[in-house]
Amino acid sequence: MRQVLIGGMLLTVAACGGGGEKAGSDTATPAGAAPAAGAAPTAMAGGSVTGHVKFDGAAPANPTIDMSEEAACKGKYTGPALDPVVMVTNGMLGNVVLYVKSGLPAGQTYPVPSEPVVIDQRGCLYHPRALAIMAGQKLEIKNSDPVLHNIKALPTKNRPFNISQPTEGMTTTRTFTTPEDNVPVECNVHGWMHSNIIVLPHPFFAVSGEDGSFTIKGLPAGTYEIEARHAKLGTKTMSVTVPADGAATADFTFAATGT
Amino acid sequence: MTGRASGDGIFVDCLALGILRGAALIAVASVTLGAQGATGKAVYDKWCAGCHGDTGAGDGPGSEYMLPRPRDFTKGIYQIRSTASGELPTDADLLRMVTEGMPGTAMPEWKSVLTDRERSDVVTYIKSLSDFFKGAAPKAIAISKAPSSSPEAIADGREVFKKLECFKCHGEQGRGDGNSAPTLKDDFDRPIRAADLSENWKFNGGTSVEEIYTRFRTGLDGTPMPSFSDALDAKVVTDEQLWHLAHWVRSLSPEKAPEVREVVRAARVTGALPRTPDDSAWATAERFWIPLVGQIITKPRWFAPTVDGVWVQALHDEKQLTLRVTWHDPSRSPDPEWDEWLGRMRQTMTAVDSLPLSATQGPDRLTVLFPTRVSDTERPYFLGGDRKNPVYAWRWTSAPDKLDVGRLSGLGNFAAAAASDVTHAAVFDHGEWRLQLTRSLVPSDTSAVPGFAPGVAIPIAFVAADGSSGEDEIRASIGAWYAIYLDVPTPPRVYVAPAATMLLTAGLGVFVVARARRRERGNRRTTQEES
Repeated sequence: MRQVLIGGMLLTVAACGGGGEKAGSDTATPAGAAPAAGAAPTAMAGGSVTGHVKFDGAAPANPTIDMSEEAACKGKYTGPALDPVVMVTNGMLGNVVLYVKSGLPAGQTYPVPSEPVVIDQRGCLYHPRALAIMAGQKLEIKNSDPVLHNIKALPTKNRPFNISQPTEGMTTTRTFTTPEDNVPVECNVHGWMHSNIIVLPHPFFAVSGEDGSFTIKGLPAGTYEIEARHAKLGTKTMSVTVPADGAATADFTFAATGT
Repeated sequence: MTGRASGDGIFVDCLALGILRGAALIAVASVTLGAQGATGKAVYDKWCAGCHGDTGAGDGPGSEYMLPRPRDFTKGIYQIRSTASGELPTDADLLRMVTEGMPGTAMPEWKSVLTDRERSDVVTYIKSLSDFFKGAAPKAIAISKAPSSSPEAIADGREVFKKLECFKCHGEQGRGDGNSAPTLKDDFDRPIRAADLSENWKFNGGTSVEEIYTRFRTGLDGTPMPSFSDALDAKVVTDEQLWHLAHWVRSLSPEKAPEVREVVRAARVTGALPRTPDDSAWATAERFWIPLVGQIITKPRWFAPTVDGVWVQALHDEKQLTLRVTWHDPSRSPDPEWDEWLGRMRQTMTAVDSLPLSATQGPDRLTVLFPTRVSDTERPYFLGGDRKNPVYAWRWTSAPDKLDVGRLSGLGNFAAAAASDVTHAAVFDHGEWRLQLTRSLVPSDTSAVPGFAPGVAIPIAFVAADGSSGEDEIRASIGAWYAIYLDVPTPPRVYVAPAATMLLTAGLGVFVVARARRRERGNRRTTQEES
C-alpha cells in the first residue's frame, strides 16, 4: 500500500512539473491527495507530524528542456517539457523533503522500512526530484521510458553506482549503507536529469506531494526539530511536539527569494 | 631540446613525456630509495605526488596541466576495475594501472621505472589514502569465457550497440560524437570525452576483447560510463550479446596501434587523381599516421588537445599533388550543441597561462606546413617557422569552409597570399574530417613557394585544432616535421639496367676466374695478387 501511495505521489509530481504530462500508462492512483510518507513498520510508535508546504508569491518560471533528441520522452508532454525545479500548484510546494533533524534519543536504532523508496525515470525526468531514504532501505530504480537511461549516484560517504537501464520497465535495486546529507543523482545521457537523495539513520521522513501535504509517521512522543529541504529554495526548520500516539502539525512556507 | 626540430622522433617523445615526467619530477622528494627498503610512501612522494598531490587528492602541481586530471585517491573511486559498479578495485587492478599506465591519459607505465616491490608498496600506500579500503576485500566479478570472433558475431555486436543505445554518447560510428557527448562530465564537473571506439590505443583499460567486455560489466566509475551488469541480470541483454558487442568494438580499431613512419609516400597514378575526399580511389591509397600533441612551447600553451594525429594519404600524376588528411574530432565547430562543452573546458583549462579560453567556438582548423625552399637541408622552426625563416602554409578552416595559402612566421602569424593555387574539399562525417588538398607540382609563383619535384623528400608538418574545445591557431595539436616523397615515374631503363648489370657481372666473374686460373698455373708465387 505504501508503494502505491508513493507511486501516486510520483505521478502527481510528474503531472505538475512536466508542464502538462499526458496521462501515463503506469498504474495510476488518484493524484493529489495522497501525502507521501516514510514507511512505518507496525512495531513503531503512533505519533505523526502532518502539515503543508506553501509557496508565497508568484511561482518562478521553470526552465524548458529541449527533448527534441529524445522523441519518446518529448511525446509525453503536450507542451514544452519543463524542468520542475520549483513545483508550485495553487500556492503549494511539492518535492520538499521533510525529516526529523534532531530530537530522537541518542543511540536509538529503528527498523529499516521493508518497503522500498522508488525513483522513477519517466518522460526523461526523475520522479520525485527529491528523495529521502533510510540507510539500508531499498532504493528501487525504475525506467518507465523506452530509451536508455543511466542512473549515477555521486555520494562521498557511501559507495557510488552507475547503472545502465536500456529498456522500459527495467528495475534495479540499490541501498546506501551510511547516512549522508546529500547524494546527487544524475543521468549522463540526459544531462538535465537531476535528483537528490538524503540518506537518514531513521525512517522519519516524507516528501511533499503536489498539494504540498506530507505526513511523517511512526514517531514516539517527543519534541523534534523538523527540517524542510528544497533543492533550489533551501531549508527551513521548525520545532514540534508530538504527543503519544497523537499528531502534531508543521506548516512551512517558502518564498521565491530562496531563504 | 632546442627550437629546431632535428630529431623528429625524439621531439615527439619529449612533448608527450615532458608533461608526464616533468610533472612527476616537480615534487621530487628528498627520500633516497633503496630497492628493498622502499616504502610505499617514499615511492609515492617521489614519483606520484607531483600529479596526484601530497595528500593524494589529485591536486599536485602538475595536475592542472592535464585533462583528464589525475585520480583523487582520497575518494576511493576508480575507473578501471575488475569489480562491480561502485566497488573498490582489487590490489591486482591497482597494480596493473601502476605497472601498465593508462593510455589516453597522462599516466605513464611504471614497470620500467619502479621495481615489482616498489609498485606493490605504492599500491598499499594508495589504498591507505581512502578509508573505504579499511577492512574491505574487493572481489573481481566472474566473467565467462570469450566466444571467438566471427563476421556474424561482429555484425550482431553492431546490433547490440544500437539496441543498448551506446550511440547516444559514443556516436553512430563509435567516434565519441553522440548527441550526449557534449554534455558529458566526470565526478568533478570536468569535461570528459565519450571514448572514440575506433582509436583503441587511447583506451584507458586495455584493448583486448576481454578488457572491453569487462568495461561493459563494471562500468568506469567516476565517469558517465555505466555498468551493464544489472541489464544482464534483468535479461535486457544476454552475455553473448555483450561479448558480441565487445568483438564489434574491437573490430572498429586497427589490429595494431598506428605505426609512425617518417616519410609519407605519394604514389604516382597513371589515371585521373581522385577529385573528392570520398572518391573510391582513396580506399586503396596507403595511409600514413602523423601523431600530434598539444602545443606547450609558446603561450598560450595547450594541454588538452582533441586531435592526437592525422592520417595522410598522397597521390600525384606528375602534374598535381593531392593529399587527403583524415582525423577524428567529435564536433563540427562551431556548433551550439557544444557550447556546454566549451563552458566546461573554460572552467577547467583556463587557469593555465592565465589566458582565458574564448567564450565562443572558433572553427575547426587544419594547417599543412612546408619550407619555402625544399632544397634547404635545414628545416624552419617547427612551430610554423619564425620571422627570419617563415614557412609556406595551407590554412584550412571549417567555418567558413575556406583554404588560405600564405606564409606563416610562427603560429598565429599568418599572411595570406593574394591568390591561392590550392583547391580543397572537406567532408565531415560522424566525428571524422576528411580534407582533400590539391596543387600543381609547379606553383604559379615559384619565387617563395616550393615546387613538388618527384624523387625528393619534401618536409611537411601538420597543425590541427578543434574550435569547440577552445582551440585556435596557437592552442592546437602540433607535430614535428615529417617528409613527403613523390614517387618517381619508372623509366624503361629501370627494367633494362638490372638485366644488363647481371650479364656484365656474370661475364666479369667468368673472366676473373679464368684469368686467375691461368695465373695460378703460370706462377704460384704471385697467388696473392688474385684478389
